[in-house]
Formats: sequence, structure tokens, C-alpha cells
Amino acid sequence: MVRVDGNGKTDSLIQVRGLDKTYRRGGEEIHVLQGLNLDVEKGDFVAFMGPSGSGKTTLLNLLGGLDVPSRGSITVAGDEITHMSGNKLTHWRARHVGFIFQMYNLIPVLTAFQNIELPLLLTKLSKSERRQHVETALSIVGLADRAHHYPRQLSGGQEQRVAIARALIADPTFLLCDEPTGDLDRKSADEILNLLTRLSTEFSKTILMVTHDPMAAERAQATLHLNKGVLVEGAHAGGPA
Amino acid sequence: MAIPITYNLRSVRARWVSTIVAVLGIAGTVGVFIAMLALARGFHATLVSSGSPDNVIIRRAGATGEIDSTMALDQVRVIQDEPGIAHENGQPLISPEVVVIAAFPLKSTGTDANAQVRGVSADVLKVRTNIHISQGRFFQPGLAELVVGKNAESSYSGFNLGDTVRFGGGTWKIVGVFDAGGSAFDSEIWCDSRVLDQIYKRPENIFQSLTVRLTSPAAFTQLKDALSADPRLTVQADREIDYYAKQSQLLTTLITVLGSIVALIMGIGAVFGALNTMYSAVSERSREIATMRAIGFGSGSVILSFVFEALLIAFIGGVVGCIVVLPLNGVTTGTLNWQTFSHLAFAFRVTPLLLGIGILFALVMGLIGGVPPAIRAARRPVAIALREL
Repeated sequence: MVRVDGNGKTDSLIQVRGLDKTYRRGGEEIHVLQGLNLDVEKGDFVAFMGPSGSGKTTLLNLLGGLDVPSRGSITVAGDEITHMSGNKLTHWRARHVGFIFQMYNLIPVLTAFQNIELPLLLTKLSKSERRQHVETALSIVGLADRAHHYPRQLSGGQEQRVAIARALIADPTFLLCDEPTGDLDRKSADEILNLLTRLSTEFSKTILMVTHDPMAAERAQATLHLNKGVLVEGAHAGGPA
Repeated sequence: MAIPITYNLRSVRARWVSTIVAVLGIAGTVGVFIAMLALARGFHATLVSSGSPDNVIIRRAGATGEIDSTMALDQVRVIQDEPGIAHENGQPLISPEVVVIAAFPLKSTGTDANAQVRGVSADVLKVRTNIHISQGRFFQPGLAELVVGKNAESSYSGFNLGDTVRFGGGTWKIVGVFDAGGSAFDSEIWCDSRVLDQIYKRPENIFQSLTVRLTSPAAFTQLKDALSADPRLTVQADREIDYYAKQSQLLTTLITVLGSIVALIMGIGAVFGALNTMYSAVSERSREIATMRAIGFGSGSVILSFVFEALLIAFIGGVVGCIVVLPLNGVTTGTLNWQTFSHLAFAFRVTPLLLGIGILFALVMGLIGGVPPAIRAARRPVAIALREL
């Protein structure tokens, strides 16, 4: 289970210890994250909530290896990522992280199939194996009939489902979702949340999700609140709905 | 693994307006570059093709061309007995020649241009075997008759077969047109050297050059050595082909240098065009690039992808430039030959080599215009770029 006191199991999937992130703006130092601890077990579905500017996205970027902390350590599946070089971090991301963004971030000139296939181009899979994987992912997200559609030909909900398929196609260690329903209407948002919940329960995916939406947070097994750079445990939803 | 090429191809197509701007900039530069080189190449080829490996042109020692050379008849008689010179029916195949410059109105502008009038021997067509009469007949020795090169016929007013022209104080009749296979002789006017001397009141038996036909190209050294060793002669001998190649050098170099300077200036503009296109591509696709880097594509892949895209645009521009300039191939133009001070007609020569050089030039422009934006794309922090709309 998720812990923020720094006393989690030594074999936790994700271990964060004493994480600080400080930005310098003008002559002033802004402490976004301060001495943050976190332990996430394999298969956890965790929601991070907090007011704007509380450091949620910064935390997600640090966990995803897109940014480097000012102090502290992040260890994922035994690999400490905080001291990795840029190139090593890039390879690590390809192997361990699936990103899901608020604005979907699909490549507009590529079809749904090609967007989903992108992470597999970094693997040694053959073309036919890649095709097989993409078709499976498309059927999991319910878009088997939209494989050759471009993002502009899809609805927001469908785009996000393509993005989810892209995030999970290479079977990453964990999924990072930054406001995955933030740009969707309620119905589409529910569909996406259902899909994430299914990935958690059915496929035991570890999911870390930043959200402003309490209904989204309810789907997670645990909700953590970030306030003034410090994590505190919130109410447990008691498992997936 | 590299970012798929499909991404670049479709991005280029999706951003077709800025792509076209860059393509046109590069195409224009490549077009001008190739056109200038084709001009130089055409001029060079025209002069070089005037020479035959079987012929030797002999002039006064130290003369830079025919204009500043003199050669007396007694010297011609000594030379004709030297070894290595071909004979026909016991007669040496030689053509002692005189050259004068006369002005005639150009058809294209109506203004006068200098033409080279060459007084030749009656045996000249046996010496210059690559030249033949295409219309009419050869001049009768002793008469004021002219045979004109095909380019002279088409360049000057009143130069049709049967026309009468006045120059040098005499009246001449055009009795034939000759075809010199696109060489410099096509721009010349030929007549009997003795008649030319008389009309121009020049001393008789004084020539400016002597062109001789060798028994074989290999006989050149034998003849040259004999001429050098003969104390009665102070002459220099060059293979005709080398002589004309040397004549073309100055103007060919000038056109090439000027063309390259113009192309360089235009190239700088085209590079800025490419830079602008690629920087805006990087800026517009900042989030796409960041997404791909988040997924796991490295900086090298991003640089490769954008450099490829720049090279693709440059290649298209290069091909368009080549296509635009291709119709110039064979188009005849004219200029003043600085060695003879006469008008020389020649054709643009757009060769496969020049097209290749043009494409290469385009790719170099693409590379210069593509690398800095590609590096910027790869260096931008992913976390910041992901937040951009």
C-alpha cells in the first residue's frame, strides 16, 4: 500500500526519499517539493490531488525522469534514476514509463495505429509482432475499428484512449497520468476512468495519476494530497469502483 | 531507433506553405547556380570542340593568340616540309591563315558586334575535317566570296545565303554556310586569305597562324621537336585542342567565379529561408518533439529526424531547380570572346554532372539550414516543452 512517511517496504516498486525540487525565478528560490517521501507498491493506483501550483506535475515529471530533483532520490524497480545521464534516462523511460497527458499529445500526422506503435519502434520487435501488439492494444481500448484514423478524425475521448494504448503498448513498469480527464466531458471522462480502473484491476498496472477531479480520484485505491510541496495521505477510496 | 520517416514526410506535407517557400528559395538558387555553370561549361565546350587532336596551330613564338601573331610565307614553306605533317596527293595538309575583326549588326539587338573573319587556304576543309558545307558551296579561290558559320548566319542581319555584305572596303557575296559541329568556328566568316589581304591592303604573304594536320595525334611531339630544333624558325606549336581550351580558360573561370558568388549570395538567402522554415517547424511541433522524447526517443533521433526533414525539403528544392533549368540546355547565346575580341555564339550545356552538383549544393544548404533548428529541438527541456500549447 502507498506510504508517504518514508517507512515503506525496502522492495517497493517506487521509492522516493527526501525529494526536494527548487526553482530559481529572478533572485528568488521557489521550493516546489520539500523532503518528499513516497512508497508505491506494484499494482497500486494512486491519485495525487492538490491546488494549482502545488507541485503535482513537477512530482510526476520527476517520477517519469523528465526532470531532475534538487535533492533526494527516486528508485524504481531497483534503479535509482536521480543520477542517470540524459541518454540513460531516455532509455529508462522507454522501458519503464507510460505517459498519459491531459491534451493526449498524439502526433497529428500519424494514424492511431502509428501513434500507438511509436514506443515499439524502440524495441527489437519485428514488424509483424508490432502489428500484433498494436491490434491487441487497440482492442483493449475499444478502438479496433479506428486504427487508420488520424487524431483529428477522433473525438477527445477516443484520442485519450489511443494515448492510453500508446502508454501501455510497451508494457511499462508504471503509467503516469497527468490530468487524463481534464479536457474531456463527463461521459468521456468516465470511459477513460473505467479503462484506467480496468488496467489496474484486470492487468495489475501501477498507475500514478494527477487530477483535479474528485470523481477521478475516487477511482484510485489511494489519494495523496500535495500542499506547499508536502505530501499527505487523503481518504482511501477503498479500491476500484 | 530513428523516428519514423513517415512522420517527416507527412509533416512536410502538412506544413506545405512554409515548405513551398523554402523549396522555392532553394530551387531558385540551384537554378541560377546550374545556369551559370552551364554557361561556363557551354563556352568552354564550344571552344574546346573547335580544336582537333589531329591538328596543330603554329604561331609566332610568344604570341598569346592569332591576333598578335605574324608568320611569313618563307616560314610556312619551311614548316610544311617538317616531319609529322599529313599529305594528300603529295601536298601537305596545311592552312596558313589571317584573321581580321569586322562589325556586323546582330539580328537580336540591331547593334553591331565583332565577328572574326578568317582568311583560309582552299585546302582548309581537308585540314579541319570536322567542318562541312551545309548550304551552298565553298568559296572560289581568288574571288570575294564568303562562307559563313551556321551561328554567324543566324546571328547577324543580312547573312543569308546569296546575300551581299560590305566590309573592309570590299563587297562580298555569301556563297555557302558551313557547320562546324557547334564549335567556335560556327561564329566565324571564312574567305580566301589572299583576297582578304588584298581588300584590307595588308602585306601579302604574311599570315598570322598556320594550322597543320598531323599524320596521327602521336606525331605532335615529332613535329614540335623538329620546329624547336630548326634554327630558321621562331615559332610555337600547340595542339589545336589545347590552344582553344586555353583560350576558354579566362572567361570560363570568370563566369564560374561570378556564378559561384551570385549563387553563394542567393544561397545565404536560401539557407535563411530553410532555417526559418525549420525553426518554425521546431517551434510549432515543440510538444510533439517533447512527447516523442518522453516516450523514449533520444536527442540523436530528434536531430536526425529534423536534419532529414531539412534535407528532404532541400532535395525537393534541388530537383525543382534542376527541372526549371533543364530547358536551357542547348539554348544558344553569345558573348565577346576576350581572346579574339569577337562575338562567339555558344549553347548552354546542362550536363548530368552539373545537375548532380546542383543537388549537392541544395543538400548543403539544407544541412546548414537544418542542423541548428534540429539541435534546438533536441536540447529543449522535455518537461517545459510538454506544457506548451
